[in-house]
Amino acid sequence: MTNTKYDLVIIGAGPGGYVAAIRASQLGLKVAIVERESLGGVCLNWGCIPTKALLKSSEVGHILDNLDAFGFSAENITFDIKKIVDRSRKVAKQLSSGVSHLLKKNKVFTIMGTASLKKKTGDEFDIEVIQENKKHINLKSRNVILATGARAKALPNIEPDGKDIWTYKEAMVPNHLPKSILVIGSGAIGIEFASFYNDLGVDITVVELQDRILPAEDADISSFARKAFEKQGIKIKTSSTVKSLKSKGKNIRVQIDSVSMSEEVLVEKVILAVGITGNIEKLGLENTAVEISNGQVTVDEWGATREPGLYAIGDLVGAPWLAHKASHEGVICVERIAGVEHVHPLDTSNIPGCTYSRPQIASVGMTQKAAEDAGHKIRVGNFPFIGNGKAIALGEMEGFVKTIFDAGTGELLGAHMIGAEVTEMIHGYTVARTLETTEHELLNTVFPHPTLSEMMHESVLDAFDRAIHI
Amino acid sequence: MPIEILMPALSPTMTEGNLVAWLKAEGDTILPGEVIAEIETDKATMEVEAVDEGVLGKILVSAGTEGVSVNAAIAILLEEGEDKSSIKDNAYRSDPIEIQNTQNSEQKSDGQPDINEPKTGKVVSENTKVPSGKMQSPLIANQDDVRVAASPLARRMAEHAGLDLAKISGSGPNGRIIKADIDQVLSQDNALKLPPVSTVTSPSIEPSAQYDAIPNNSMRKVIASRLTESKQVAPHFYMTVDCNVDALKQVRMELNEKVEGTKISINDLIIRASAIALKQVPEANASWTEEATLVYKTIDISVAVAIEGGLITPIIRDVGAKGVKEISVKMKDLANRAREGKLMPEEYQGGTFSISNLGMYGVKEFSAVINPPQGAILAIGAAEVRTIIKDGAVVAATLMSCTLSVDHRVVDGAVGARFLSAFKRLIEDPLTMLL
Repeated sequence: MTNTKYDLVIIGAGPGGYVAAIRASQLGLKVAIVERESLGGVCLNWGCIPTKALLKSSEVGHILDNLDAFGFSAENITFDIKKIVDRSRKVAKQLSSGVSHLLKKNKVFTIMGTASLKKKTGDEFDIEVIQENKKHINLKSRNVILATGARAKALPNIEPDGKDIWTYKEAMVPNHLPKSILVIGSGAIGIEFASFYNDLGVDITVVELQDRILPAEDADISSFARKAFEKQGIKIKTSSTVKSLKSKGKNIRVQIDSVSMSEEVLVEKVILAVGITGNIEKLGLENTAVEISNGQVTVDEWGATREPGLYAIGDLVGAPWLAHKASHEGVICVERIAGVEHVHPLDTSNIPGCTYSRPQIASVGMTQKAAEDAGHKIRVGNFPFIGNGKAIALGEMEGFVKTIFDAGTGELLGAHMIGAEVTEMIHGYTVARTLETTEHELLNTVFPHPTLSEMMHESVLDAFDRAIHI
Repeated sequence: MPIEILMPALSPTMTEGNLVAWLKAEGDTILPGEVIAEIETDKATMEVEAVDEGVLGKILVSAGTEGVSVNAAIAILLEEGEDKSSIKDNAYRSDPIEIQNTQNSEQKSDGQPDINEPKTGKVVSENTKVPSGKMQSPLIANQDDVRVAASPLARRMAEHAGLDLAKISGSGPNGRIIKADIDQVLSQDNALKLPPVSTVTSPSIEPSAQYDAIPNNSMRKVIASRLTESKQVAPHFYMTVDCNVDALKQVRMELNEKVEGTKISINDLIIRASAIALKQVPEANASWTEEATLVYKTIDISVAVAIEGGLITPIIRDVGAKGVKEISVKMKDLANRAREGKLMPEEYQGGTFSISNLGMYGVKEFSAVINPPQGAILAIGAAEVRTIIKDGAVVAATLMSCTLSVDHRVVDGAVGARFLSAFKRLIEDPLTMLL
């Protein structure tokens, strides 16, 4: 069948695309999804998932470095970077075939190939798909969702070369462990790689343009994280840029400029983690009314582009570049297309952000500065890991939980956490914010003891001068 | 053309129900607003009211049938001049997704029949797993008891601002009042405040054999407070004209032979005529404020619809730019959803002018209460055959008494009279609506 009609065609099967496809199928739409590389997109194959597998390995490495504290001893502890990488690839593959199974189960017609939009002649889109075997398929649909994601951005003077100047992709599959790495960019991606390689014994330097690392986080998180990483031996240079890179034998000579000085370091590899740019090329968008700005597709709060019937979601449309944001955008977009009642646009202020370094970081809502700048009179609560029984029992005493409330209404404006396992706990605050909690409900919620999650309660207590354990 | 009567949805999550009883038999005349059947779900039994008038031609689903899908055709209504032979067996689709998409046609490009085929037999509406104890519409927060659903934050914000939650409609799940609703109320001038603590609270009602104390639901309270305020604050002034609707009835009949997809009613034509008259007399489309008189740039007409336990006024926006067919389709949709309790707040809040029609109940004429902050409301009575003098002789004609209530602060007698005069001319000579 070379010509097939669908209610919805989705281009890209990452967490945005495949979730949208499954939701569409649940709503009774006839859906097709096209993927040009691997099901699950960057997230499952070259992002979220494999990095978490890698970070688990480095976490094991860290425990092995501290066996004595827990009453163990071992000799000749070694690791094989290839095996570590292999494990992460197996994890990625397992999930990718899981996605394939889910799409099949939900009767989503899945095509591996490259899709592009031809010029619209009727009220249907004509999507040409070139499959891997070079055969062409034409799909027709009134509705198309672009979910093609993004790729690593380069800097004007620094281009990844796949050998010594890495993006996240190469950084995920090293064939040997470098002696030293310079990480350019201190967002979640840069910090996660810095933490991973550092725990495996690699010499790490992080360069950041802004005046603090993790600039999207609350200022207290940035400064605590910096101290924690520096204690681990990671060198951090903020308010700095990379002026030049020059090959020097097996190494790279890097000139780093900061406000007051300029220095040179010698490193084996460079990881470029300065942001991403949308995959807008070769989609045939020039045949549509789609507006592009700064490498991103312009959409309204429902994901609709300027071309009627054409939508875009996920990394393609802008910040935050998070898988869960893409998934929710996909669902909302599909529900609007299917005519579901009472669909609301995504509340972007309630999307949690997580960094899986050691220590972990997790946050949702406003930073303290944002809350103050918006005119809120605030109450701030802070509870350190050292005050929590479970944290001490685990030997994880580094971290804190910070909560920010509107002093008048008791609205939970923001929550910022750093320390062990916080990425698994932040959802509590996200759920609370969805339900429009005030401090009253949080104070009266019973948290189990002994858990790290009790700190979430204590932080709220502290915000209202009622802390018990500090 | 015969009209399908469809199985209504009693709640946003209802997918099917039982048709318990028919209160009308085949051959009975049906007037709009009359109860014609009873349906039940696991949560409640509700009455089905007719939207159109006609004769019940054929009952498709008999009493006692269970598991009738929402939007399935349950009966056929014959219009004036039709008989049973007009009913064709396979001319009717019972297609839930089609109806849904008609209602949401603004969201997609026109005419998308593909989505309408039910693939799995599941209705497109949202998940059914919400364990709400009450099958309430988003319109009314809580029909049966005093507690109002509101998020903790909204509750506290209302408390701080002295707002009565019972008077606020919620846009959250199942009609829950959320922060956004409180923000909206606080930003409006006519916030619904709680009476100050020092006023005497009404004596508590004791049980008695003399009466049943039915708690006032949100809708009742809103009607009570708004209309009391309207009468107390706006100096009401009334003017009546009698319109000869013989020509209008004829035009309507002719239009309905030509129109597809809907049936034009007299009320649709009245709405259209009102809009044209307001274009001719824009000062009647205005609101009073202390600072200035607001003369509206668009004509958004609130049309009163009786629903169970009260009434609501869904709004047809920008009527000046709509033809009669569009008005008719929109009105049917709004009225249906009003009765099912599925209107969104923006669909009944606002409006620049109101129309209330009690003609179907046989009321000759009446003076309506203005919907604040509008400046006027047009009350339409029944079209009756009366005697008139024409060319010196007594003849019979069908007349309809229309009474305009105006807020004398903003609409003077002369302005109101000019509006009514323009309206009457359009009604009596319907062709002029084309000019």
